[in-house]
Amino acid sequence: MTTYSDIHARLSFGRAGDAQPDRVTMRLLVIEDDRDAAEYLVKAFREVGHVADAATDGDDGLAMALDGQYDVLIVDRMLPKRDGLALIGALRAKGMETPALILSALGQVDDRVKGLRAGGDDYLPKPYSFAELLARVEVLSRRRIGRSEETVLRVGDLELDRLSHQVHRAGDEISLQPREFRLLEYLMQHAGQVVTRTMLLENVWDYHFDPQTNVIDVHISRLRSKIDKGFSQPLLHTVRGAGYMIRDGAR
Amino acid sequence: MTALGKLFRTTTFKLTLVYLTVFALFAAFLLGYFALNTRRLITEQITDTVNAEITGLSEQYRLGGIRRLVVVVDARARRPGSSLYLVTTFAGEALAGNVTSLPPGTLDNPGWIETGYRRLDEADAAEHPEHHALARVFQLPGGFRLLVGRDLDERERLYNIVLSAGRWSIAIVIVLGLAGGLFVTRRVLRRVDAMTETASTIMRGNLGGRLPVAGTGDELDRLGENLNVMLDRIEALMRGLKEVSDNIAHDLKTPLTRLRNRTEQALRSAKTENEYRAALENTIEESDGLIRTFNALLMIARAESGQARENMSEFDAAEIAHDVGELYEPLAEEKGIVLKVEAETPVPVKGNRELISQALANLVDNAIKYTEPRNEQLNGAPAQIVVRALWEGDRILLTVSDSGPGIPEAERGRVVERFVRLEQSRSQPGSGLGLSLASAVARLHGGELTLADNQPGLKSIIALPRGGPVQSAG
Repeated sequence: MTTYSDIHARLSFGRAGDAQPDRVTMRLLVIEDDRDAAEYLVKAFREVGHVADAATDGDDGLAMALDGQYDVLIVDRMLPKRDGLALIGALRAKGMETPALILSALGQVDDRVKGLRAGGDDYLPKPYSFAELLARVEVLSRRRIGRSEETVLRVGDLELDRLSHQVHRAGDEISLQPREFRLLEYLMQHAGQVVTRTMLLENVWDYHFDPQTNVIDVHISRLRSKIDKGFSQPLLHTVRGAGYMIRDGAR
Repeated sequence: MTALGKLFRTTTFKLTLVYLTVFALFAAFLLGYFALNTRRLITEQITDTVNAEITGLSEQYRLGGIRRLVVVVDARARRPGSSLYLVTTFAGEALAGNVTSLPPGTLDNPGWIETGYRRLDEADAAEHPEHHALARVFQLPGGFRLLVGRDLDERERLYNIVLSAGRWSIAIVIVLGLAGGLFVTRRVLRRVDAMTETASTIMRGNLGGRLPVAGTGDELDRLGENLNVMLDRIEALMRGLKEVSDNIAHDLKTPLTRLRNRTEQALRSAKTENEYRAALENTIEESDGLIRTFNALLMIARAESGQARENMSEFDAAEIAHDVGELYEPLAEEKGIVLKVEAETPVPVKGNRELISQALANLVDNAIKYTEPRNEQLNGAPAQIVVRALWEGDRILLTVSDSGPGIPEAERGRVVERFVRLEQSRSQPGSGLGLSLASAVARLHGGELTLADNQPGLKSIIALPRGGPVQSAG
């Protein structure tokens, strides 16, 4: 559904006027047996400022992951010597909680469920776009900070109270539909991070299929008209070729 | 292998042999037991008779001495069918009786003996064969000896009759059993051969072949019927597979060709960085479209092969109608169409929630795509799309009604097929797989997708059995 037509722009921090995510350098481990694919990923991650290593089989991958110096693991599901799910299982058995994203050619819902049950934190079917992978990896690394525990989320002068289900901007109450509330909540949980359309569809709607038309865009523009209309400083940004991001543009 | 060799190797024939052997052994044992017992019984009778006579005769001897004994024995010996008698002196000289030609020394030891003899009236005729008798030698007081016996020929004759009857009946049992076994085996073998023959034609690639069913309802018929159902299923799957590969060949090659042409074109004529960038962006867009089509195809193939059956649970179809309606409502509104959901909870159904959501989403997506916001037939009122979830008997219906152009009745069957897009819809984006996916999902659940006239517009109906698919359903 998403057309990530502007990867290059994204990798080189976009064009003038694009919103920039708050980027913290991450240490990433790519475990992928296809050397070309692994090299491509390592190079792409380095270009956006992260540190990335690669392992090409399950045993090497496990040994490197056990070092514990990585923020996120990107694990191919089918690996020589030890398959991806077994690798994650072995890590978890040793008490390592490093977030792991599973890459797989098997993209059906039950394959996904199997992957997550085995201890994976996210699942991305091949072929994927780098923008999608990057957005998901960044969200995974940030999950460790535990932002999701907060009861009041704030971005600039926008406030979302998760207990009373109220949203205020600059002190004025904004009334949202339940789904709009969950959409905003998800965006604000990942403030400063790019959130793709697929991630929104999965996390806000719990759908794992392709709705063909860009329905998410219409929901976002509705939400935008409620929270940004009439304010000089927009908070909800479109990241070209990737997705959306909420952040305080004044900073 | 010869035809006979093949016959002997069949399970039926081996079973026949085993039964036959067991039965024959049992019959032989029974007859043997019967024959021996008969013989024993006759022997006992003889012994009793001989003992009684000896008791009687020695009583005569005690009363009247040897003279009286000789008179009595003489009288008894002359009766027809009498026992055998012989009275001798101490020296072995015969005093009375009807026996001769006893082997020498027969009378020396008192007790029971089985011996050959000749009757006195036959003694001179050499052509008379020797008889056999069971006799008892008794020592009378005073040195006289008394022999009383009974002929054994009758006993032996009876014994032989029983034995030969036994032999004959066992022989007949074996012959009849073998013949019956061969007959049954040949009948079974013929039917199995017919099945094997059909199976090998099928293996050679003729999937249309079906096993012969005799119509007797026996175990071979049931096997044949079940295998035929299995073959139907395999044929349907193969046809599906062939369709998929045909479609992939036909419809994925078109965008692939376009992709390749454009890339080549860019290589040939692009000059500036912006031109290259535009060409690359275009390539990514095209490949995303390809991936989407490919995913949809895989999904349909999966739904059609029935693999997704494992992931079924009980859920509320009305909730799905509301969720999907809610997802698409802003899109409809943006186009100036009113999207309404009419579904009173709960409408419980068993199935794959994700797939049914996707099927319904495809129908709603189609409805929005093909409905014009203003329609002369509606007198200027905004166009409406209504999503409903309801019960109907033991089925649940998920319907999407629009006021778009609809689909001509003649085309309704065709649009459900993969990649079919009507001429007037070529300009709309989409893979042309939405309806086929919805239809595949409905069939996976043992239901169906039907398209009806909404007057005006189209009414798409997904009908699903409430309890989920029947397990045996093809």
